[in-house]
Amino acid sequence: MPVKGRIVRISGPLIIAENMQGAQMFEMVRVGEDRLIGEITRIRGDKAYIQVYESTTGLKPGEVVEGTGAPLSVELGPGLLGTIYDGVQRPLPLIAETIARDLPHRRMFIERGIDVPPLPRDKKWHFKPQAELGGKVEGGDVLGIVEETSLITHKIMVPPGVRGTLTWLAVEGDYTVDEVIAQVRTDGKTIDIRMAQRWPVRIPRPFKAKLDPTEPLITGTRIIDTLFPMARGGTGAVPGGFGTGKTVTLHSLAQWSSARVVVYIGCGERGNEMTEVLERFPKYKDPWTGKPLMERTILIANTSNMPVAAREASIYVGVTLAEYYRDMGYDVLLVADSTSRWAEALREIAGRLEEMPAEEGYPSYLASRLAEFYERAGRVEALGSPERMGSVTIVGAVSPPGGDFTEPVTSHTKRFIRVFWALDTKLAYSRHYPAINWLLSYSAYTDLVAEWWHKNVDKRWKEYRDEAMEILLREDELQEIVRLVGTESLDEKDKLVLETARLLKDGFLKQNAFDPIDAFTTPEKQFKLLKMILDFHRKAAQLVEHGATVAQIRDAVGRLYVEMVKAKFSIKNDELEKIEELRNRALKALESLEARLG
Amino acid sequence: MGMEIAGIREYSRITEIKGPLLIVEGVTNVAYDEIVEVELPTGEKRRGRVLDVARGVAVVQVFEGTTGITTTGTRVRFLGKPLEIPVSEDMLGRIFNGLGEPIDGGPKIIAEDERDVNGAPLNPAERSYPEDFIQTGVSAIDGMNTLVRGQKLPIFSGSGMPHNILAAQIARQATVRGEAEEFAVVFAAIGIKYDDYMFFKKFFEETGALNRVAMFVNLADEPAMVRLVTPRSALTLAEYLAYERDMHVLVILTDMTNYAEALREISAAREEVPGRQGYPGYLYSDLASIYERAGRVKGKKGSITQMPILTMPNDDITHPIPDLTGYITEGQIVLSRELHNKGIYPPINVLMSLSRLMKEGIGPGKTREDHAEVSNQLYAAYSRGVELRSLAAVVGEESLSQTDRKYLKFADLFERRFLSQGPRENRTIEQTLDIAWEILATLPEEELVNIKEETIKKYHPNYRSM
Ligand SMILES: Nc1ncnc2c1ncn2[C@@H]1O[C@H](COP(=O)(O)OP(=O)(O)OP(=O)(O)O)[C@@H](O)[C@H]1O
Ligand SMILES: Nc1ncnc2c1ncn2[C@@H]1O[C@H](COP(=O)(O)OP(=O)(O)OP(=O)(O)O)[C@@H](O)[C@H]1O
Ligand SMILES: [Mg+2]
Ligand SMILES: [Mg+2]
Repeated sequence: MPVKGRIVRISGPLIIAENMQGAQMFEMVRVGEDRLIGEITRIRGDKAYIQVYESTTGLKPGEVVEGTGAPLSVELGPGLLGTIYDGVQRPLPLIAETIARDLPHRRMFIERGIDVPPLPRDKKWHFKPQAELGGKVEGGDVLGIVEETSLITHKIMVPPGVRGTLTWLAVEGDYTVDEVIAQVRTDGKTIDIRMAQRWPVRIPRPFKAKLDPTEPLITGTRIIDTLFPMARGGTGAVPGGFGTGKTVTLHSLAQWSSARVVVYIGCGERGNEMTEVLERFPKYKDPWTGKPLMERTILIANTSNMPVAAREASIYVGVTLAEYYRDMGYDVLLVADSTSRWAEALREIAGRLEEMPAEEGYPSYLASRLAEFYERAGRVEALGSPERMGSVTIVGAVSPPGGDFTEPVTSHTKRFIRVFWALDTKLAYSRHYPAINWLLSYSAYTDLVAEWWHKNVDKRWKEYRDEAMEILLREDELQEIVRLVGTESLDEKDKLVLETARLLKDGFLKQNAFDPIDAFTTPEKQFKLLKMILDFHRKAAQLVEHGATVAQIRDAVGRLYVEMVKAKFSIKNDELEKIEELRNRALKALESLEARLG
Repeated sequence: MGMEIAGIREYSRITEIKGPLLIVEGVTNVAYDEIVEVELPTGEKRRGRVLDVARGVAVVQVFEGTTGITTTGTRVRFLGKPLEIPVSEDMLGRIFNGLGEPIDGGPKIIAEDERDVNGAPLNPAERSYPEDFIQTGVSAIDGMNTLVRGQKLPIFSGSGMPHNILAAQIARQATVRGEAEEFAVVFAAIGIKYDDYMFFKKFFEETGALNRVAMFVNLADEPAMVRLVTPRSALTLAEYLAYERDMHVLVILTDMTNYAEALREISAAREEVPGRQGYPGYLYSDLASIYERAGRVKGKKGSITQMPILTMPNDDITHPIPDLTGYITEGQIVLSRELHNKGIYPPINVLMSLSRLMKEGIGPGKTREDHAEVSNQLYAAYSRGVELRSLAAVVGEESLSQTDRKYLKFADLFERRFLSQGPRENRTIEQTLDIAWEILATLPEEELVNIKEETIKKYHPNYRSM
């Protein structure tokens, strides 16, 4: 019997209900006449403290609170891909339709108390059985498949925890998510299995074994793939002040990365940013398959003007969906914009619960919550058979107040992630995009993914990458001197370092996310561009050794310099020979200078 | 004891008065966020709202302040609904207080409907992405920080800087090319000085725009708590005009700093854990509930473009008010005291300014095909020039290379020729871009690395004159 109590207090998104004995921690409840969705976050005596995922305006003490007997959970099954959900997995288009039925002029607004199912109920999916009748099955075993989109084959799996004999399996045909498609007999009981299954969001889905990441998650962003690479199953953070490019970076990852499934969580950010994805992704093509991007994408939108408590839940809803596709054997990318808004939601709820604040008002469990979240990333061997590997890569944006990275969310996040793409206000002001600061950023996966590059792109990848890094670091030291005495007093060798660093910045690191050619660079093109610049540098360094000046070198290459800078957006991914040819012309120009100088 | 008539309940047991708050006991059936009417023994009526409610006890925030309220003899009526204002097309041309009551001596508003001032969040799946270029006639904006219809773009200013003049210039000149229709303006004065208010009022009168302007006015000497409602009243009308009357509405909110200070005051009175500089931890969400009320929606012709103005305390952009605003709005126009002191109008620091929706609003068919590249190049060149300027100040101009000196010159030209214009000078986007080319042409052609070869061949003055 689910509990039934009454509201005694309302304070913003937090309510307190009494007469709630028997309620479970994190149980989902229905609040008030409008049956708003809430979740129990603390129990004291017969009182339950409840965070409410919808606006509490108009609620009154005395209204009823009803338990549901289950923790907050998501619905899993075909129909997730291509959908945009709110923070507690209600499809936003369906909310609009429901409202429009009674109040057409209010269609564009989200009202409270709208109850809509996460998955379409009447849609029939073509199910192909793949398991053996009479055989033993257990959690994770694939019972059959559904072509969910033209990109993703959805595997219908035995829910974790279920084990027994497969006594019945539906024949190939069309079924709704509510129809039974299999029966498993265990200890004399028969368990019905449907395509729609539920999983509590705060509990990580189980797997057989966690494995080390080995392959890079290619993103097409040069500074990321080449200098600070991400691995499939890795974790990363993108911190930066407002307007530095966090969202553009996450959009680029969602759009271009080599993940098979993308879960995009807009957590406390702008409505228009979700609209942008929603309008573009059905039109944009997945660069790896040529299919519409929306077919691999799930959006979760809890924008900054939506109820604050649902921001807290949205992160868990998202990561649970990501784990589900991981369990089918896919590489999933989850991006969350912004984890700071999630942390602030934690802070707001904790404040209303009158919990003792730790740093800057955040609750003392901020760090452990962040750790738990990023821990749900990883490359795993999935439960069940056939054997499958899948991964969840998590990248979170962090929005530090005043752009100050020493604040609690940034500093704690740093402890739990392996890739740090630090966005820099100064670079953004001068429109150096992506404004990823190469001195502050790092990736712990560089050595791991080097092997992939050496096997698939070029054996000297690491060598060139490290050299580029060295030049950039050296340039920073030299700039200190330049600030005191100007450039003219540097020796020629150092001037060349400044010159090459500029070429690297303008011709390689800067990348316009909105230019059709520049936005996505294949690994091969990345390496070719890098090699062109560095081979030029090596040759120029030789000349300088032999007495040439940097001015002479600039003169000798003339307009070829501009061509090298522009190669990133004037030469397409499939015209690599043009880069090679440009490189050769630049080297020739240097050789003839060499000849002239004797 | 209370009595109830038609959903209205009246109580008189006030047990505590604290800042703008009243604690009322013995209440039943009170709703969170419900609106109340407070009647003083003198017969004076004030309005307030329920901030917290437990069984039998309500915390009420009184908009007009608690001065003169006594614990005995004061009656508190709970009106059974959230704060609502009337909405109607006839409100254009009229002046209201922050709670939406006419203060211009004109006739009573015949409401077409009453609307909750808090509004409801727009469904992101029902929005449509803003992409119609608004020509403001200001080069720094049109050329480099383009405004589009449905955007929220604040002006970050400082005391004594010409943000009012700039906002007025934009309001006067803003047009969408190819459309004759003018913007309706909803103007919210939030705790501003009388002369700032008069500046706008006169301006609207002089331009003959008064009949398409609705003003919601709360001045510096008026009750601070009303500031929390003023922008919401304004936006409630704006939403009605945009989504039910098909109008393009420009909403000017000034000054959001006063709004945030009122919010801090109420938070302090409630003894909440203070956040940065005493502002409540929920300042971000609260500001978002205002700024996000901008945009376009599917299937509707109208739109809401928001231009909030805020003064940065001590010109500090990392202060929580501009900082959190920047995290919510779709860019910002930042005014610079340095440029202002140099006598440059508009003193827009383009490097710190940003329009996030620019990319969709520009280009062929909207502005001109070279727009994006020219803008990128202006940014690259000007930021280099500014950097070299500070270097030259240390090491002297002589120790800069030939090219670097050209960049120094460029930075000056940029400020004097491109940025600087009169408060009544209305440049077309073509004029703006042509001036840009004119100054870019002072740099060696091979420095224009952000512009494609074809574009240079087509627009660079060196080739155009041939
Ligand atoms: N790689 C890029 N290429 C081109 N423009 C970029 C790039 N990155 C960022 N920008 C520009 O910077 C603007 C701001 O970027 P973005 O919206 O991603 O910032 P943000 O860090 O998410 O800010 P906030 O914290 O306020 O959400 C973009 O609108 C775009 O104009
Ligand atoms: N609830 C909160 N919400 C938002 N920000 C907060 C909150 N509580 C504290 N802060 C911010 O964190 C800063 C430092 O917080 P901390 O808890 O370290 O204060 P403190 O150590 O007591 O103060 P101080 O170091 O100034 O003596 C505060 O100045 C404020 O900016
Ligand atoms: Mg962002
Ligand atoms: Mg401290």
